[in-house]
Amino acid sequence: MSTFLTEETTLVTDAAATTRLSSLDTLESEAIHIIREVVAEFEKPALLFSGGKDSVVMLHLATKAFWPGKVPFPVLHVDTGHNFPEVIDFRDRTVERLGLKLVVGSVQEFIDRGELAERADGTRNPLQTVPLLDAIQSNKFDAVFGGGRRDEDKARAKERILSLRDEFGQWDPRNQRPELWNLYNGRHTVGQHVRAFPISNWTELDVWRYIERENIELPGLYYAHEREVFARDGMWRAVGEVSQPLPHEDVITKTVRYRTVGDMSCTGAVESAAATVRDVVIEVAASTITERGATRADDRISEAAMEDRKKDGYF
Amino acid sequence: MTTDIDTARAAALLDEAPLASASLFRFATAGSVDDGKSTLVGRLLHDSKAILADQLDAVARTSADRGFGGAAGGIDLALLTDGLRAEREQGITIDVAYRYFATDRRSFILADCPGHVQYTKNTVTGASTADAVVVLIDARKGVLEQTRRHLSVLQLLRVAHVIVAVNKIDLVDFSESVFREIEADVQQVGRELGLGSDGITDLLVVPVSALDGDNVVERSERTPWYTGPALLEVLETLPAADELESHLESFRFPVQLVIRPQGALAPDAVAGGLDVEEYRDYRAYAGQITEGSVKVGDKVSVLTPGQDPRTTTVTGIDFAGSSLEEASAPQSVAIRLADEFDVARGDTIAAAGTVRESSADLYAQLCWLSPKPLREGAKVLVKHGTRTVQALVRSVNGKLDLATFKLEGASSLELNDIGHAQLRLAAPLPLENYLHHRRTGAFLVIDPLDGNTLAAGLVKDHPGDHEDERYSI
Repeated sequence: MSTFLTEETTLVTDAAATTRLSSLDTLESEAIHIIREVVAEFEKPALLFSGGKDSVVMLHLATKAFWPGKVPFPVLHVDTGHNFPEVIDFRDRTVERLGLKLVVGSVQEFIDRGELAERADGTRNPLQTVPLLDAIQSNKFDAVFGGGRRDEDKARAKERILSLRDEFGQWDPRNQRPELWNLYNGRHTVGQHVRAFPISNWTELDVWRYIERENIELPGLYYAHEREVFARDGMWRAVGEVSQPLPHEDVITKTVRYRTVGDMSCTGAVESAAATVRDVVIEVAASTITERGATRADDRISEAAMEDRKKDGYF
Repeated sequence: MTTDIDTARAAALLDEAPLASASLFRFATAGSVDDGKSTLVGRLLHDSKAILADQLDAVARTSADRGFGGAAGGIDLALLTDGLRAEREQGITIDVAYRYFATDRRSFILADCPGHVQYTKNTVTGASTADAVVVLIDARKGVLEQTRRHLSVLQLLRVAHVIVAVNKIDLVDFSESVFREIEADVQQVGRELGLGSDGITDLLVVPVSALDGDNVVERSERTPWYTGPALLEVLETLPAADELESHLESFRFPVQLVIRPQGALAPDAVAGGLDVEEYRDYRAYAGQITEGSVKVGDKVSVLTPGQDPRTTTVTGIDFAGSSLEEASAPQSVAIRLADEFDVARGDTIAAAGTVRESSADLYAQLCWLSPKPLREGAKVLVKHGTRTVQALVRSVNGKLDLATFKLEGASSLELNDIGHAQLRLAAPLPLENYLHHRRTGAFLVIDPLDGNTLAAGLVKDHPGDHEDERYSI
């Protein structure tokens, strides 16, 4: 059995493998194991669902984990009020199709009540933290699934699969529990909750290959379409109610698609002719810029933007 | 604002290689201070093109600001793994960071474990899920006490493949004699530990220069006396731990939960034509196969702690609407059984007749990971498989000197100590020797007060049972 290797040894070790799972199968099995652990060990989990591709993949994994039963937890959407209408439509259809309960936390309601203030730059992504924590507390969710991946950002690279949050939803990178083998420690005290990231180990390319393999439906704006856009901060921004060009910003029609779907006021499109999932897989495999670098104004605010948001209780 | 396309890379990733069959390989890195680990990790990511243009631009800007003049176009590759602001401000690395890259043969998950602070905690964490660990040695310094400690931890954790990268070979003028001497020292330590000669683990030594890239991704012409593979080639071809174990006839399946939808079938499945009548009484046990494989028709034992094993037959292996004939580690599936036993979370389904009785006496190595020391008489929680039970620490029977591999007397364990302890469990568990069962031989020790993880536990045989010499500390 042992393959004691000396430098003269030719590396022929594949014979040991009787079965070999593909990397996608292995990642899928790992994610399903984590989803089942959380459901078994927590009183009241919920899944963050934005209609973005990572949360759509998470929901798909949950349907597989409990087949033929229903997904045994509600989905939670933190609505910035600056959504792409087609994404909200997609969200509602998905919830209906799977017979799920939808809980919505609304940034707009907090602004209307004076509990949150609009930012000067108009971006609402960082404002989601307060309604998120409010929804977690008022619904007594003790575990919240997210579609965060470690390849997205260097703060996320140090995130645990089960990440303990205190009463204020804060992430403390210096006091994380060591995560050993496939034994996940989700113990928490009253007031604390746990964020669970079952697709931590997936890359953007894995997500797209999985969407292709499983034939998963996504909101149409992930695929190439014509849209009125203007250039800002080195990104193409869609013209919409909350996203208006300044006088010097020319509006033109371009064939674009989105690599991430967030708040309309800070999510940019990329020029792309990738109209099918296969086209997108090839584009992502060949892309030379990270998805957040390409399309998220909120991550350009500072080098540690994600780290700061996470410490404050962000996703 | 356009998505730049590197078509050559796309072709390599998608067209030439059947990506669908590329496997996943997890490895960790361990090293001492200043042995160039960050540079090596940066080099692997850079040369395998896992670093995208915007990340490289950011690193290039910082390199220029700091006046770095090294190879790779004046880019300090170590910055690619630069971590959180809190770490940069304090000049430390907080803990394990995970990186991802792929070649046309494999997808890699790299657990980058800092070496200087809490090296035991970080190495144990990274190594617990790793198929391989790369240990760095500075060619100018050779095998250090730290190296012995690292190798000792890796042997205890039974990491399948240990690769020692002798780094900075450029700084010893690519000297074969320096390399051979270090290689011989490494093999000597390996023999003392049983690492690489125990039939379970490999030990391989590779000369590299992380700074210049020699033998990292491509074989180097500057080390003509070395005819072995480059580091990445090694990582691409070694079998993953699950592959090594999947042939074993020791099927183990801790039950996570029971899938019994009764009336609550998934609406999308029903809309897709699922026969509601047929599935009204559906009952299956969901879990992840931790070891071995199972086929429909196999005889299995259901292990419920405190009860005699019950033997039955596997009647179905389901996965999300597909019926499988066979499944193996690490697949997540749902298993149906012939007899309507009362099976619940915490039970284990195993190949019939292969598991010894559950036991409430636990003898183990503990890798202590908490600043709160372990004392005899402490009450803790033990999490094993899908079951958590209370436990009493009856005795601490010494701690291991990692440099000499000798057991020293000790009645408590402190942060980063590895020791031997005896625990009494409130309920018996189907414990197995970690040496032979990496999953069912592993457990966590948890603080019942705040829920924190205190230790990584490795089950030993009971004294008096036949015991492997390597575990006789």
